[in-house]
Amino acid sequence: MDVPVDHYLVLAAILFSIGVFGVLFRRNVIVMLMSVELMLNAVNISFVAFARRLWDLDGQVVVFFVMTVAAAEAAIGLAIFLVNFTGRKTLNADELRALQG
Amino acid sequence: MAPEVETSLLRWIILFPLAGFLLNAICARQNRTQLAKFIGPGVLFGAFLVAMTGVAKLWALPVADIGQGALIDPVFSWISVGPLQLDFTLRLDALTSVMLFLVTGVGSLIHLYSVGYMEDDADISRFFAYLNLFVASMLILVLADSLAVLFIGWEGVGLCSYLLIGFWYKDMENADAGQKAMIVNRIGDAAFLIGMFLLFWSLYAIGVPTLNLQAINANAGALAAANPWLPTAVCLLLLFGATGKSAQVPLFVWLPDAMAGPTPVSALIHAATMVTAGVYMIARLSFLFVEAPDALVVVAWIGGITCLFAATMAIVQKDLKKVLAYSTISQIGYMMMGVGVGAFAAGIFHLMMHAFFKGLLFLGAGAVMHALQGELRLSHMGGLEKKMPITAKTFLVGSLAIAGVPGFAAFFSKDMVLENAYMGGFQGPWALGTIAAGFTAFYIFRAYFLAFTGESRLDPEKAEHVHEMPRTMTVPMTILAVLAFAGGWIGMPLHLLWGDEIGKYLAPALAANPFIHGEHQDTGLILTLMLTATTVGLFGIFWAWLLYVKSPGMLDRVYAMTRPVYPILVNRYWVDEIYDALIVMPYKRASRWVWSAIDVVIVDGVVNGVATTVELTSGIVRRLQTGNVQHYALGMLLGAVVLLGTVWVIGG
Repeated sequence: MDVPVDHYLVLAAILFSIGVFGVLFRRNVIVMLMSVELMLNAVNISFVAFARRLWDLDGQVVVFFVMTVAAAEAAIGLAIFLVNFTGRKTLNADELRALQG
Repeated sequence: MAPEVETSLLRWIILFPLAGFLLNAICARQNRTQLAKFIGPGVLFGAFLVAMTGVAKLWALPVADIGQGALIDPVFSWISVGPLQLDFTLRLDALTSVMLFLVTGVGSLIHLYSVGYMEDDADISRFFAYLNLFVASMLILVLADSLAVLFIGWEGVGLCSYLLIGFWYKDMENADAGQKAMIVNRIGDAAFLIGMFLLFWSLYAIGVPTLNLQAINANAGALAAANPWLPTAVCLLLLFGATGKSAQVPLFVWLPDAMAGPTPVSALIHAATMVTAGVYMIARLSFLFVEAPDALVVVAWIGGITCLFAATMAIVQKDLKKVLAYSTISQIGYMMMGVGVGAFAAGIFHLMMHAFFKGLLFLGAGAVMHALQGELRLSHMGGLEKKMPITAKTFLVGSLAIAGVPGFAAFFSKDMVLENAYMGGFQGPWALGTIAAGFTAFYIFRAYFLAFTGESRLDPEKAEHVHEMPRTMTVPMTILAVLAFAGGWIGMPLHLLWGDEIGKYLAPALAANPFIHGEHQDTGLILTLMLTATTVGLFGIFWAWLLYVKSPGMLDRVYAMTRPVYPILVNRYWVDEIYDALIVMPYKRASRWVWSAIDVVIVDGVVNGVATTVELTSGIVRRLQTGNVQHYALGMLLGAVVLLGTVWVIGG
């Protein structure tokens, strides 16, 4: 049985919104990073869904790129947090505001 | 149309002194004074040789008469905007060849003289750098084939004049004199520029958008036909520019102060070449000026008034160089009168003779100054002929030449000017010029008698050091003395011997005299005029001799008789004071008001207001910068929602 593409899109939208919520309102920077991954994967789902619907492999290829970039981003992000943690002993986003005007 | 031949020779005349300027500038940097003494005069001799090669080439052109035809050297295209095409083109014709001979020839002699005169000056390299730059500018001025290029030279010589007047700038007085020359010339130059713009605009209107001097001359008639007041307006504006550069009434006040510069500078720039640029410019544009007879009348009157006015001031000057300065103003007045009465060749002829005898007189004054360690007061000289025989003799030749003694230079040239003035119907300027001739003879012989004859009135410690000048200085003086004596023979009056050779030579380059029609040589009238001027001159010499040699006791009686006049002359008619009160002081007051009212309140107020506003607003706006990443992200989200929402609503 074929699942209609709408279902995938709704799922992607829900996942994306959860990600946005996490990025905006959680205080722990590692959780924020995870939320970003959630947003990226929500987009990936819609890419794959459209690729199948339109019978075009381009969408699936893009997904691989997104995953690669996401991995790199996670690595760099975690490295920054690590350095920050050794210096400031905190992972709370509210306390990391050295750029306040 | 006379043939024009292209050649790349002409640019080298300018490049020689220009290279000398650069090399001397390097010498000045490295303190190589010995080298500068060779480069300075050397490049001038080079330029002289090239210039004379050019003149020889001009004379070899296949034309009916020597002096017809021209050499042109299109160096490069300078400005090309819309209809305006300005080419940096040089042109050598009969008129230019005379000026070239003066600038490079007399220039070479004066450079040579400077080697001796500036011997002990540590800044001699800088001196030669400026002097070479001056010659380069002057050559651009006389070789220019376009009014705009002429103006480059015009400004260039003005700059060098300023630099050289203030050459010993550590003395505040010299620096001020330089600035005065600069500022007074600027006033004239502004008028010159406006005249040039007006000329281009009106030529554009009749469909000849150009500033080429030949084209201006060729189209002068069409211009006058299109709009009769335009040539007059243009000529009057150019004339005002010329009164600045050539130190005529009303802008003559800078030249006496310009004597603060080294004496060779006074000889070269403020007697022989630069100050005559105004006369040259009018002669160059003679075809335009004859279309504006009203302007020519003004030129003639300015010349006449200046020559008498300055001559009267010269007779009471206590300083030898000041006598020569006022004399120069007066003599340029004659040249102006010459071109003003339409006798352009006569004006140029007198210009040429003046370069010889006035250059010579200045070199003589410089020699005296050198021997007396800077002493210039005539009251502290006397009896110098015994210790400085060559200087005294050459100075005497110069004095005879300027006084118009028959056989000497000014006898021919000044008479030609006065003759043309009288016959062209300019009796007023003629009378002024003839009276001035008497004053001229008087003041120059007064200076000669006071400086070179009689008892020595020198300070004793200076008297011991008086000596004749080295060869580098006496040789140029001797050559100029020969020219001041015999130079005038190229313009014989009344078909005597070979006749008016210079007039015939210059004729193709200049417009015909618009005030004298036909070839009427009224021998009786000319002889009468000549006799009048000569008698007046000899009378002046006689009075100088009477008052300063024969019976000096009479001087006091003359002072007593002329009591109200003498202070006026000594104070130079208070012209400087009048200008100061009428122009300088109100200008200063206006400037002060502009400073306190406009600059401080409005300009500074706006600038400070902007700064205060920025400071206040940024104090509020900086609160947006919380430093919390999540706030920024929220901002981005809201922005994206608003943007997408707008697209959705509008785009449907």
